[in-house]
Amino acid sequence: MDLNFSFFFSNFPELTVTGLAFGAIYALIALGYTMVYGVLQLINFAHSEVFMYGTFAALWFTMATVGGGNPGGFQTLAILIGALLSAMAMSALIALILERVAYRPLIKRNAPRLIALISAIGASFVLAELMGLRDRVTGWVGLDDDLRDYVGRARINNSMPNIVDNKVLFSIGDADVRMVDVIVIVAAIVMMVAVDQFVRRSRLGRGIRATAQDPETAALMGVNSTRVIQLTFLLGGLMAGVAAFLYMLKIEVTKFDVGFLLGVKAFTAAVLGGIGNLRGALVGGLVLGVVENWGSAILGSEWRHVVAFVLLVVILLFRPTGILGESLGKART
Amino acid sequence: MTNKSSAGFRQRIIALPKPAKIALWVALAVLAYALPLLEPPLISTPGTDFGGVLFTVTVYCMVALGLNIVVGYAGLLDLGYVGFYAIGAYTAAILTSFHASWPLLLAIPVAVAVTMVSGVLLGAPTLRVRGDYLAIVTLGFGEIIRLTAVNIEWLGAAKGISAIQRPPSIELFEIPHLFWDGAVPLVDPDDTTTFLEFGVLDQIPYYWLGLTVVIVLLFADRLIKDSRVGRAWEATREDEDAAELMGVPTFRFKLLAFSTGAFIGGLAGALYASRQSFINPMSFLLLFSILFLAAVVVGGQGNRWGVIVGAIVVAYLPERFREFSEFRVLVFGLALMLLSSFRPEGLLPPRRTVRAKQLEHEIEALEEGQLEEEEAARG
Repeated sequence: MDLNFSFFFSNFPELTVTGLAFGAIYALIALGYTMVYGVLQLINFAHSEVFMYGTFAALWFTMATVGGGNPGGFQTLAILIGALLSAMAMSALIALILERVAYRPLIKRNAPRLIALISAIGASFVLAELMGLRDRVTGWVGLDDDLRDYVGRARINNSMPNIVDNKVLFSIGDADVRMVDVIVIVAAIVMMVAVDQFVRRSRLGRGIRATAQDPETAALMGVNSTRVIQLTFLLGGLMAGVAAFLYMLKIEVTKFDVGFLLGVKAFTAAVLGGIGNLRGALVGGLVLGVVENWGSAILGSEWRHVVAFVLLVVILLFRPTGILGESLGKART
Repeated sequence: MTNKSSAGFRQRIIALPKPAKIALWVALAVLAYALPLLEPPLISTPGTDFGGVLFTVTVYCMVALGLNIVVGYAGLLDLGYVGFYAIGAYTAAILTSFHASWPLLLAIPVAVAVTMVSGVLLGAPTLRVRGDYLAIVTLGFGEIIRLTAVNIEWLGAAKGISAIQRPPSIELFEIPHLFWDGAVPLVDPDDTTTFLEFGVLDQIPYYWLGLTVVIVLLFADRLIKDSRVGRAWEATREDEDAAELMGVPTFRFKLLAFSTGAFIGGLAGALYASRQSFINPMSFLLLFSILFLAAVVVGGQGNRWGVIVGAIVVAYLPERFREFSEFRVLVFGLALMLLSSFRPEGLLPPRRTVRAKQLEHEIEALEEGQLEEEEAARG
């Protein structure tokens, strides 16, 4: 294990920007974990699959509309927006189904919290495998030939047609900042601010915060807790959809099990920032993305994940409730 | 309700005189030992070696018993248990094949000790973190251990370690298997298992070894659960602050739970490595931590028989239904969802939980008599 500091220092700005782009994607996924945790105190283990379905929605929309080469201009923009919207719609749909099938029956019965985790793990397996066996599933209804482009290669990498010209936007020193990184970081931060403001200022957001603070009192005050839980899953799903779209722009490759590792990382980011805390998710995601990228530059990319987990352990040792502390809105005792 | 019938069964067992009870347990144990020789139809796994599957089941039983101490008794959510399993396996592998050639019987205690020490080393800083934070920290540690094994040449890197020693064989006599002609069992003199030959082909002796360890662990588990330590764990789980105020040094007991769990995990890992005779980091994925936890929770955390049932469900069912190999994980996921919907306390919840639940119902019935009536009217 040799430390490669010269590489790190000579590429510092570029590493930081790419790290921020990764971190922005982590942050968007982390939002789903953190919100569900804030309201239900549950680790929504299947959130990674919500994200994974979003990547496929973005991929399929692009494949269906792009046709041959790169259309360019407004058409590209339209395709991008369409892909974003379809990813958001798909992820939101999956998140809502998940809430209905895997969580609501358990919450109604007041089941122990660990069993909800197991239910979510089961749901995660089912969702991932349905995507991984999509050629078989469509085969049952006889559609596999018509949809060959979409459902073939079910268990291997599927890559996105390249539609954004990833040109160098501007340079810091002699480091280039590329188009895609800028789109990812800006879009993610805009979305996070939008959600944060929604939760802080709107009526529905107040319901979420109230339920997170004290579910019983909130219910007595007329907050419909089922609605609030649904809304939480919906918001988490929408953000996972955005993350999925941005991920496809940046990484361009997806697979049925892509959610797992990303989900673990995003959950790490949520805990790092302080679980249940929306701004914490942003901070945690960005810190995780950047430090991980720096670490993998110094130690070699095979240590990337180790760096992420060591960072988590170290931060939790010194700040046991994450960088910004817990809670959705207000401190919980 | 299902609880009633099982309670009735339990009552009848408890009512039996002590010699009869002991005879019943011995009969059960004999049956368990004979299982791979009987190769009963329907239970026996087509396509995969039944003895091998049973050995895997015993390893899962050990791991589930160990994790049950951490999760079920002490209430510490550990998502990185596979890390201990890996440390046990790697220590045994390194000592018997990769960097030394110790005899396995010497390497296993060392492996277990190393795992226990690592449990203390990991636990000391992390156990101050509470609840779900602990889950993610342990998950992180599990991954760190695996990735370190992947990246370090000294640990065999991604290729893994091969030629791990098997347990020493004492070849005493041959035991014939049965085979089933329809419903008629026949003795098959050509298909025999040599008593205690730990070879490559016949996995049954490993199963016997594993089963023996599981039985010993069950006794030890019973002793520790009913001791002062077990009570301290339960108190810590139920309310850490209250336990601390009552004079339970909760941190020390949590650490003890963690290292006891690590002890058993390491033992299971070392046995697994010796049976496989080959390990690589792919055997210690995060997925296994999740499966282990699923075994504990699905079976009924806190009840040693419950987690054994859970381990059997998690380890055996996917092997039994190998013919649906492609849909295995899908069906397993569905099963987890259904089980958690219909048996939220686990398949065999601990008696405490059942009692607490009944009490809760009774109090509720006293408080809100009408509500209960309405519910009864509805369904």
